[in-house]
Amino acid sequence: MKTIAEIKAIRDKMQAEIIDRDKSHNKDIRIIVGMATCGIAAGARPVFNTLVDEVAKRKLVNVKVSRTGCLGMCKLEPIVEVYTPNDGKVTYIRVTPEKILEIIDKHIVGGNVCTQYLVENE
Amino acid sequence: MRELSLHILDIVGNSVRAGATLITINITTVDNLLTIEIIDNGHGMSKELLDTVCDPFTTSRTTRKVGMGIPLFKMACQCAGGQFTIDSTRNVGTTVKATFLVNHIDRAPLGDLVSTMITLISEDIDYLLDYQVDDRRTIFDTRQVKQELGDIPIDSPEILIYIKDLLTENIITVNGGRNI
Repeated sequence: MKTIAEIKAIRDKMQAEIIDRDKSHNKDIRIIVGMATCGIAAGARPVFNTLVDEVAKRKLVNVKVSRTGCLGMCKLEPIVEVYTPNDGKVTYIRVTPEKILEIIDKHIVGGNVCTQYLVENE
Repeated sequence: MRELSLHILDIVGNSVRAGATLITINITTVDNLLTIEIIDNGHGMSKELLDTVCDPFTTSRTTRKVGMGIPLFKMACQCAGGQFTIDSTRNVGTTVKATFLVNHIDRAPLGDLVSTMITLISEDIDYLLDYQVDDRRTIFDTRQVKQELGDIPIDSPEILIYIKDLLTENIITVNGGRNI
């Protein structure tokens, strides 16, 4: 069995990094996943977990990932909203783990909205 | 829903919207009985709401007129020879309890409980997960983790990855080869 004892080492390492972070970055990009019954049933949980893994892997320190309830368009779930300083709010629909990787690569990192997945196409 | 852990994610969503600050998730498997209990300290429900809460046309939300979370969980439980109860007291909290016969052919698997926990963990709400199989047990308490972390947010991706590894290993150990 593992214990939370090892977390201290990770904390110390992160604390050193956070001092640098605060100088150069804010959490200016927010990614929000719809996580009500409709979203969960449509597959929002693997999307959320892929998002967390990828943000950690790429060390995207300015990205905040969170979840919310029903966004009111249940049949278009899983729905992901992305807020960036450049493009404001963008809503992606029927997101899958594969699509979220593409969205991170092209939109979050590359700065180009993945227009083919937008709610506006509906 | 395909997994009981997806129902847990969904039902805990109700606790979050009820303003809970501590949510306890007890999952106990002894012999052929699996019990899932979700206990919150949110604002609770009135007697009137409690009486209708298992009706799919009851919801506190205004974006649409149906609420499927509780009815679906109740159905999953009753399909697997189990019993479903929900108790609530105003300003004290709500307890949802569901039991399942482990070997029932229509019982959904518990599934990816770790992903459910990773999705739930946040700065403003504490979780206590008590996971038992027969005489083996693991307890995970976000209050302890937050104490160790100091001012580092528990929902930082690096921390979540660490928690994921920890929970995965401990749950496998507690399962002791049983398929829950």
